Formats: sequence, C-alpha cells, structure tokens
Amino acid sequence: MIESLFPNVDWESMWEATLETLYMTTISTLFTFIIGLALGILLFLTAPKQLWANKVVNWLTGAFVNIFRSIPFIILIILLIPLTLLLMGTIRGPNAALPALIIGSAPFYARMVLIALKEIDKGVIEAARSMGATTGTIIWKVLLPESKPALISGITVTAIALVGYTAMAGIIGAGGLGTLAFLDGFQRSREDVTLMATILILIIVFIIQYIGDLVTIKADKR
Amino acid sequence: MIELKKVTKKFDTGKAILTAVDEVDLSIADGEVFGIIGYSGAGKSTLIRLLNGLEKPTSGTVEINGQMITAIKGGELRKARQKVSMIFQHFNLLWSRTVKENIEFPLEIAGVAKSQRGKRVQELIELVGLTGRENAYPSELSGGQKQRVGIARALANDPEVLLCDEATSALDPETTDAILDLLVDINKRLGLTIVLITHEMHVIRKICHRVAVMEGGRVVELGDVLNVFQSPQAEITKRFVAQVTDNGDSQETIKNLRELYPTGELVKLVFLGEQTEKPLLTKLIRSHSIDVNIVQGNISHTQRGAYGTLILQLKGSPAEIEEALAFLRAEDIQAEVMQND
Repeated sequence: MIESLFPNVDWESMWEATLETLYMTTISTLFTFIIGLALGILLFLTAPKQLWANKVVNWLTGAFVNIFRSIPFIILIILLIPLTLLLMGTIRGPNAALPALIIGSAPFYARMVLIALKEIDKGVIEAARSMGATTGTIIWKVLLPESKPALISGITVTAIALVGYTAMAGIIGAGGLGTLAFLDGFQRSREDVTLMATILILIIVFIIQYIGDLVTIKADKR
Repeated sequence: MIELKKVTKKFDTGKAILTAVDEVDLSIADGEVFGIIGYSGAGKSTLIRLLNGLEKPTSGTVEINGQMITAIKGGELRKARQKVSMIFQHFNLLWSRTVKENIEFPLEIAGVAKSQRGKRVQELIELVGLTGRENAYPSELSGGQKQRVGIARALANDPEVLLCDEATSALDPETTDAILDLLVDINKRLGLTIVLITHEMHVIRKICHRVAVMEGGRVVELGDVLNVFQSPQAEITKRFVAQVTDNGDSQETIKNLRELYPTGELVKLVFLGEQTEKPLLTKLIRSHSIDVNIVQGNISHTQRGAYGTLILQLKGSPAEIEEALAFLRAEDIQAEVMQND
C-alpha cells in the first residue's frame, strides 16, 4: 500500500535523512539554548536600573542580537561559509550547517529570554537582594526558576524554527530531509519523495510541540 | 539600635532632581515597634530601603547595631542584610517554590547546611501558624497565608530588625489584624525591633510604640503613639488621626451636634491611659445636681495604653455646669466646652 503510494521513496535514505535532521535540530537547539540564555541574561542584567546596569555592554549585546536576528537565514549560511570552514573543516554535511543554525537562532532565542525575564515580578528580585543574595544566586535561584515556563515554551518555538532552518540548509547540501526533498524530490520530479519528507518534518514538529507544551505546563506552578 | 543622621536621598528623574528623603534624623530603640506613616510619595518607601542598603543615601549615615550600613558594600552588606530582613506589601514569594522551599531560600543564601535547614523551616512554619501547608505553592494560598510565609522567610536567619513595607496594605481588615497580632507576638517573643511603613493609622494604633509622620520627604511629627493620637500637632497628623477616631474636633461635627442637642452645654472630655478605667461619670452624677447625657464617645487601644474621648451634654444652671467642669479637671481630665463659631 505505502509502496504503491510512494513508489520512488528509498526508505533507507529517507531514514538516514530523518536522523540527520534530528541530529542537526538537537545539537543546534542545545547550543542555541545555552548561548541564547547567556545573551538574554546579559541583556537583562545590563539594562538600565538592573544589577549590572551598563550602557556599553547592553548596547553591544543588543546590536549583536539584532543584527544576527535580522539577516535572512539563507544569506547567513552563505556569509558564514568562511567561519564554517574554519570551525568544521568542511562546508558540506550536517555538521557544516551547525554554526549557521546556532548563530542564526541564538539571538532569536535571546530576545525571548529577555521577554521572559522582564515578566518576572521586580519585587521578587528585590526580596532576594534584601536577603543578601549574590547576583549568581539571583540568576540561578530566582531568574531562571521564575521564568522557567516562558523559557521552555520559547525554546520549543525556537526548536521548531530550527527544523525549518535545517531544511533550508539542505539547499547548500547540509543533508537531512531538506536536501532529500530538494535534490531527490524537486530536481528529479519525484513528488512522492518531497511529500514523504514533508510528512516526516511535520511529525518531528508535532512531537517537539507536544513535548514542549507538556513540560511547560508541568513547570508552571502559578 | 538604629540611628539615621541627616539622611537625604535624591533621585535624578532625567528632567528634575527629586528629593525623596530630606535630612531625616531618627533614632529607633532596641525592641521597639516603630511606625512611619505618610501618603504615597512621602518618601517612606525610600526611607525603609535605606535601612537595608537597597537604596544608598545621597548624604547622611545609617547605623544599625553599631554597623554603618551606608559605609559597607559587597559581601559585608549582604551579610548585614541577613540581620535586617524585610517583608513586602505584595509578599514577593517565589511562585516556583513551595511554602517550605520559600522559607528555605534565605537559609540557602546564608549557607546553612541542608541537614539543619529542614528543622529550622519546621520551627518557622509552626511559629507563623502554617502547619500542614508546607508543600503548597504560593498560588494555592490566601493573602494572609502568603504574608505568613513572607514573615517566616524574613525570620529564618534570626534577624535583629524586621522591616515591614506596607505589609498589610494588600489584605482585608480581618486578615490585617491577624497579621498585626502575629507581628506583636514576634516582637514580644523574639525581642525583634520592627520598623514599619504604612498609610493606615489603624496599623500604627494597633501595634506601634512610636510613630514618625512623613510628608514631602521630611519627618514632620515624631512621638509616642499615645501622645500623637491624643494631641496631634501637624495638620497632616490630624488628618491621619481622624482616619481612626472622629474625636469631634471638626467644625462640621460641632455644628451637627449643636443642632441635635440645642440645650445645655456640650463638653468634650479626653481620657488617657488608666483614666479610661475610672467610674468618673458615676461620681459626677452623684456629686452634682445636673443632667448628663452621653452624645458620643469612643476608646482606642494602643500598645502604649488606651485613650478615649467622650462628648457629654450637660444640663443645669451655668453655675452648676461650671462646678461640674471644675470637678472633672480636678480629676485630671481634659474637659472643654465645645464652642460653635
């Protein structure tokens, strides 16, 4: 039945492409989470009247975030080719896509982290200060736990965007379902391959969304 | 215990310089419950934050228990803050933590070993009357219960001073009284010095020993609660006192009473402390041949004793009334004839 609906699909390469997409999404989400979190916290703490209020650092971080958030991903990949070559030693395959994926989405997530942190009641931070908490304690025990639901739903949205980016990275030969759909499906006019790749990408997205929603609800005690 | 000398705090709002606290001198004794009352914008929130270094004064010094709060910073200031804790109008609990974990937070900050934290938390939960709610999240608690968690959290590191920032302003009257009773209890049991700011005279009357009235960043009146209630000096203090007692001073009241009781004389008596417990009226009626009619009266209880006012209608000949007044004054009661002008 499935064989007749998708006559041109090579299931082995389809499975391999799925794993590549999952690999790129997982690794880039992980790094995006760490870098975005750090940038977001820096943006928050260096803003006026905050604990590390510093105009210069705040401006520089803000500029970095805004610039890399604004460059269209497909252009960013091309612009980052020299950096990718330097870091990864190649510009082909799933690993080659990682620098562009991370640099493209970390600033995006940093903005979401900033919004999440701004939602925290200022009084709670003041209360922690009044107890004699250090800034480190405030970050780990107040800022992060108190914004947890927003941080999780933010990374869910980012991870889903990253699935889309990995498909786009397929155009330059990063591998994964995007490459398969483009080279094998589009260029060789095998619509069933494109359709199958799309179905798999949708399944990945739905699973990410489902897990993200579940964890967000569990983390929210408000 | 707490000494403020010429403390001034100015804020640069960009357009203008705002003086929130203006050359305030205060001296608060060990174990005292000291109230600061003022309308919003009077500078009381800024003043209370100067006591734990959350705000730095533009000039002047703050000293607590021999330590210059205004001269220390970094680790030393953080250490000092563990002994000057604070509770807030909106409780400021961490919603991501349970009651137990919220109370544990200051102990974590102070570096208390995990094995000892549990026992201390249990003691505090019992002290503030939250037994059974240990594992609830703040969202499952009422306002009064949240403030109890706030108080337990503030007491965790055995502070010497408790700062209360409008601690009851978000609570209904009944809960307010329960929280105030708890604060009095803590003050007596632990000998803790309490400094509170509020805009409700009721709070001052119920638990404070002394009160400072703030207006425009300055302390305009300072004194024992009983004295301030009995004879407020500043115009703003009179308004605050009128919040809790209509002592019949306003022209409006006098005019109304005169219309209701057109005959005889209206006399206002002010009692203080023990005088409220004497059977004065009985004596007055037995020894004088005048008619006495009670028009209005009230007694307020403060931490420093009771005070009350009583308005009487005295009917009789002018000479008899004069005699009655002399009798009251001989008993050390403030008695004045209410004039309608």
